[in-house]
Amino acid sequence: MNKHLLSIEDLSKSDAIQILDTAEEIARISDGPVKKLPTLRGRTIVNLFFEDSTRTRISFEAAAKRLSADVINFSAKGSSLSKGESLKDTALTLQAMGADAVVIRHGSSGAPARLADQSWMKGSVINAGDGTHEHPSQAILDSFTLRRHLRDSAGDLSGIKVAIVGDILHSRVARSNVLLLKKLGAEVTLVAPHTLLPFGIDQWPVNISYDFDDVLPHVHAVMMLRVQRERMSELFFPSEREYSRGFGLTKERLDRMPKGAVVMHPGPMNRGLEISAEAADAVNSVIVEQVTNGVTVRMAILYLLLGGMSA
Amino acid sequence: MSVVLNAGEIARALRRISHEILEHNKGSQSILLLGIPTRGAFLSKRIASMIEEIEGHEVPHGTLDVTMYRDDLRLRPPRALMSTEIPISGINEMHVILVDDVLYSGRTIRAALDALSELGRPASVQLAVLVDRGHRELPIRADFVGKNLPTSSSERVHVLLQECDESDEVVIEAQS
Repeated sequence: MNKHLLSIEDLSKSDAIQILDTAEEIARISDGPVKKLPTLRGRTIVNLFFEDSTRTRISFEAAAKRLSADVINFSAKGSSLSKGESLKDTALTLQAMGADAVVIRHGSSGAPARLADQSWMKGSVINAGDGTHEHPSQAILDSFTLRRHLRDSAGDLSGIKVAIVGDILHSRVARSNVLLLKKLGAEVTLVAPHTLLPFGIDQWPVNISYDFDDVLPHVHAVMMLRVQRERMSELFFPSEREYSRGFGLTKERLDRMPKGAVVMHPGPMNRGLEISAEAADAVNSVIVEQVTNGVTVRMAILYLLLGGMSA
Repeated sequence: MSVVLNAGEIARALRRISHEILEHNKGSQSILLLGIPTRGAFLSKRIASMIEEIEGHEVPHGTLDVTMYRDDLRLRPPRALMSTEIPISGINEMHVILVDDVLYSGRTIRAALDALSELGRPASVQLAVLVDRGHRELPIRADFVGKNLPTSSSERVHVLLQECDESDEVVIEAQS
């Protein structure tokens, strides 16, 4: 493992499987009476959030606390960041306060990589979502959830067919997931309207489809993506109703999914837009489980980055 | 490299330890064997089946990974986690027998005691090891010992077991 977790691209296949296996053991411990482990006692982890987030921040906070680390939450609103402090000065401040790791979410792609720059920070940097670039911990928890349901919690994901549906253009979750799923041997199909696919998509190692109904009968899992209205300054589709008809996981589509296939969504959901209430609450929906697994996987990441000797 | 215990000697040592455990606890009532992965877990399984052979009924056994409780985590690269499997009946009021392959500094056992205290309150905790090589750094001793092996701290002791190494052997290697 590297010292930082900035991108799925930096992970080897064996690194990825090591994180999944570690998370599996942590899940086994957490299912028992032990909820808190002393492993990171005395370590300080800073949650540095320049963008709004509930689940990712709380998930990282819960993970750090269950490993007995001290957590400092730092959000852009109400801090010196809103007074115009630069990222570098923020980093130096955190460094001076003795942060062993910084979990960063930032609206600009590449901000975590900038923070990981040697002269700025000595600790580990964990990317919790940067612009439209990557969200590696989300991808790892998605693969962890898939592996639990479809591969009996062991090995890789070879032969698993996954459809990622919706706003690919703005989705760092999709980008990280494509990289990780391919690394683990899964077959990925992206389903979206033309306007919501990024430029250069033909270079990605994936299948592309504009017809959800065509793809649906052949999948083991569908990952629905949130329509990110806050990043949409132009018109990407004619109306919400039309989007939902073409690319939403409606009740009818849910019924046509193969037996045993699972429904995933990274949250927060726009119910009625990309996913219907029936699909979100279906028996084969693993959306709530993704949240639980998120804490476990982030514990594994923190343990592997901070648990051993620092490089 | 010199062999200090061969397959037959390991088997006899484990058989003696099994008998000692039963003698000390006046039977197999409320005893629970917990092996420390990797090799302690295999040894604990072997002792459990020997006790079953002697007593005629199964004794509860499991594994206890102590990695997350170690005090030397920061001195090495991150270690892989091993599995912890505690029988559902739990450890409360049980006579827990920890099983490990080599007793050396005693730090693994200290971590195991911490891990146990998170899981409940056993009636007692005892320690069985295949090899005690000395050089303790903590006030910890074993209740059941396969072989006391005086070593120098520059030497290395390797316990090889069928389950993971394809032979049963304890060897001692002088550091080059």
